[in-house]
Amino acid sequence: MNPTHQRYVLVEDVQMSFDTRQGKFVALKDINLNIRRGEFITLIGHSGCGKSTLLNLIAGLLMPTSGVLICAEREIAGPGPDRGVVFQNHSLLPWLTCFENVHLAVERVFGATESKAQLAQRTSEALVLVHLSHAEHKYPHEISGGMKQRVGIARALSMQPKVLLMDEPFGALDALTRAHLQDELMKIVAATQSTVVMVTHDVDEAVLLSDRIVMMTNGPAATIGEILEVDLGKPRNRLALANDAHYHGLRGAVLEFLYQKQANGHDK
Amino acid sequence: MEYKKHFYETLLPPLLGIALFILVWALIADTRDTIPGPIKTWHSATALFSDPFYIKGPNDQGIGWNIWSSLKRVGTGFGLAAVIGIPLGFMIGRFRFLDQMTSPIISMLRPVSPLAWLPIGLLVFKAANPAAIWVIFISSIWPMIINTAMGVRQLPQDYLNVARVLNLSEWKVFTKILFPATLPYMLTGIRLSIGTAWLVIVAAEMLTGGVGIGFWVWDEWNNLNVEHIIIAIFVVGIVGLLLEQMLVMLAKKFSY
Repeated sequence: MNPTHQRYVLVEDVQMSFDTRQGKFVALKDINLNIRRGEFITLIGHSGCGKSTLLNLIAGLLMPTSGVLICAEREIAGPGPDRGVVFQNHSLLPWLTCFENVHLAVERVFGATESKAQLAQRTSEALVLVHLSHAEHKYPHEISGGMKQRVGIARALSMQPKVLLMDEPFGALDALTRAHLQDELMKIVAATQSTVVMVTHDVDEAVLLSDRIVMMTNGPAATIGEILEVDLGKPRNRLALANDAHYHGLRGAVLEFLYQKQANGHDK
Repeated sequence: MEYKKHFYETLLPPLLGIALFILVWALIADTRDTIPGPIKTWHSATALFSDPFYIKGPNDQGIGWNIWSSLKRVGTGFGLAAVIGIPLGFMIGRFRFLDQMTSPIISMLRPVSPLAWLPIGLLVFKAANPAAIWVIFISSIWPMIINTAMGVRQLPQDYLNVARVLNLSEWKVFTKILFPATLPYMLTGIRLSIGTAWLVIVAAEMLTGGVGIGFWVWDEWNNLNVEHIIIAIFVVGIVGLLLEQMLVMLAKKFSY
């Protein structure tokens, strides 16, 4: 494999601290992570462990206090369309239809080089990918929470990002919708060969989707505690895995990390 | 049955309120012969509105012309306030420095009664009509600046993050995010200021004279025509209500 592909997203010695009224607050320290191209990574940990902060650093929405972040051999100096972000609360613009929301992203990335028809074509394709063509002219308040999140995913994917960053994308959804979207996400990622970094607090979600699970210690000054390799074959089927001993072993390992090694964080 | 229920729940209470109001009015009018009762006022009103658009010299015109003149003044002063106040509100909301720079001045001038500005208007414009418009301008500009700025400041961080992640240009941020997100706040400002403007025009016209509903009230006071004063109160109230309802309807269209 190409060496760049082995080191697609690099996080080196990153520390992040915020200035608060009580003084300096160190959120993250000594973060080192190397993500391969096409890999699906989840960040898991108790609330307040800085997993969203790490995601925002990769997104370029935050700048590290020290250390370097690199994406495809370029230093991350701010947000950019090469890193598509799916927000927890979908963040669709309520005055635009689903189509227009996605089109806004498409236009920004491809507007200079492609015709109007091509842009509309790309927008439609992104909505087809998440099975939402029938709702493209609806406004966000007219569709369900799961559909909104799918539009958010379509918007991020429509930019053809190098990396897809997802911040607890299914956290606000009910269990059935969540399972359905996880299955869809697996198919989309398989089809697009996307590199994904996803923040979650759901152990099953992490094991089901990930190639590697990055488990974070409790804050303040949180860091990467352990990294678990999820060596389950793909495509994965949630029903088959329900009776798979190896799946349960991996799940147990994450649970042990969260509720034994980092148990105190749960009360914070 | 449905029809009956609708009557008891939505139509009966306001009708009862109005009937009670007229009854109290009639009772008061009965004990004091200087105040005309509802029936006398009604006859006077039908006579007045039978010919609303006559002109018999500059100080004797139909009620329709008086209302129209007042509306024109309010529209002009209010329009000028919108043209200046809304962009200013956007800038104040967007740039913290400008906000802090203007905040003490706005806080100090806002509570001043708009009529206090009338002499300045007369001094500068040397005419009654522009001075009245000037007073309307001053009274309507504050809610527009303050509400627009508040709308810009309350822009959810999520939307700004979307703008940053998509790397949108300043123009796109304005047209696709900032403006639509601020619009409901702006419309609140517009609604508040048209309310104030309509309140103030009566007082301003009493002082400046000419044609207008405020001047008309003053003129009828000098004629001791109390029926007409009471009619004017209703007219001012109803026009104010209509203006407010128009803007409420407009605001409903833009609430997401």
